[in-house]
Amino acid sequence: MAGIIGYGAYVPRNRIKVEEIAKVWGADAPSYKKGLMLREKSVPSPDQDVITMSVEATRHALTRCGIDPQKIGAVYIGSESHPYAVKPSGTVVAEAIGATPDCHCVDFEFACKAGSEAMFVCMGLVDAGAIEYGLAIGADTSQGAPGDALEYSAAAGAAAYIIGPGDGVAKMLATHSFMTDTPDFWRREYMHYPRHAGRFTGEPAYFKHVTGCAKAMLEKTNSKPSDYAYAVFHQPNGKFPMRVGQQLGFTKEQIEPGWLAPTLGNTYSGSSPMGLTATLDIAEPGDKIFMVSYGSGAGSDGFVFEATDELPKMRVKAPFTRTLLDEHKVYIDYGTYTKYRGKIRKGE
Amino acid sequence: MSTSARYWREIPQRYRYEGAKCKSCGKISFPPRVVCKSCGGREFEKVELAKQGKLLTHTVIRVGPSQFADQTPYAVGVAELDDGVRMTAMIADVDFEELKVGMPVKLEFRKVRDEGEAGIICYGYKFVPVR
Ligand SMILES: [Zn+2]
Repeated sequence: MAGIIGYGAYVPRNRIKVEEIAKVWGADAPSYKKGLMLREKSVPSPDQDVITMSVEATRHALTRCGIDPQKIGAVYIGSESHPYAVKPSGTVVAEAIGATPDCHCVDFEFACKAGSEAMFVCMGLVDAGAIEYGLAIGADTSQGAPGDALEYSAAAGAAAYIIGPGDGVAKMLATHSFMTDTPDFWRREYMHYPRHAGRFTGEPAYFKHVTGCAKAMLEKTNSKPSDYAYAVFHQPNGKFPMRVGQQLGFTKEQIEPGWLAPTLGNTYSGSSPMGLTATLDIAEPGDKIFMVSYGSGAGSDGFVFEATDELPKMRVKAPFTRTLLDEHKVYIDYGTYTKYRGKIRKGE
Repeated sequence: MSTSARYWREIPQRYRYEGAKCKSCGKISFPPRVVCKSCGGREFEKVELAKQGKLLTHTVIRVGPSQFADQTPYAVGVAELDDGVRMTAMIADVDFEELKVGMPVKLEFRKVRDEGEAGIICYGYKFVPVR
């Protein structure tokens, strides 16, 4: 079966604290922080978008594995904030990393699940022998409407995976996907901000799909939570992944290494893929990793990986995700944030 | 010529930092040239520039050209990359008090400008400090 050959992440350096957003809207910061289990989130600079973060995350992945980018036969970027409405992000990224022209490019969309989708498709193509290597990226610079609960969590970041034949640094042992039609979160054409169905985004949406996918995968692999060293779940906030994991029987210790949301926010398509990068940064050979994404609309992709002997020597060649998250960050105020995110209406 | 066409022609340099290495004297030209500036040679091989270097000089632009007006103030610098090539670019993610000659920088892929809300987005390189 296919495996992860290389991986990398990217986090912009700007952060905004929950208190800074809450004070503008007269909201109670402590209750948001407690309710969402989230302290701050990343914010892209005006010169950063899904394409730039994808290129940088991929360069980290290429530095780690050292493969010739000309051997990459597919470039798939999952995002709900592709910079163009019409014109692929993938072609820019493929060109920048040197994978063009003999390469297949598609931009994927499925709310927050588009990144894991790209991983799933690359694995299938590698297993089928249609490509030698595939590049799967989850990246977003998502926005919440000003004052909406989503504004506290919608963040920016990217994770890139080079999927190839053989075991690589983490072999893929199983996958499972679980979908139903559930209108919990959406954005119509030409609308600037997404809409969501409030509390409906919880039980019938996130929890049902993540749980359904996780249980099916445990059954398929005839395993139980204690068989895994780590577990990564989609992180729309800090609370949901911790709660769903513990409901399934995973421990806080299994979840914490990939639990980035408290200081990163929700990077949408980048969320669980970035959590997996942080987990690969510390996993030991033989460790099994359980991962379930979630995308509104709705569905989950699940994966079981096992770290190989190659992982420890290869991962030190590029920065760890926790380093990108914790070091050299810059706090911005709400005014700067609205300017950076294009929320200010300017003169014609 | 339209912005699209000019931008497209420069993609190998803007995206992949491709220079031309003179086959007779080894000097790297960036952007590539037809005739080598140091020996007059006309044969080159394509090389990717070093992605790190040191800042030779820097300045802060407070009143910029119209397409960069929203980005002011911003820093611009000339750096000598580890392969000896000198390159000019904007310096991103820097606090102006950090700027100093000799400061290690690396190349990062960024949005350089866009042609308004409806035009193309131009990507390319900027320096960022190596911390
Ligand atoms: Zn020469």
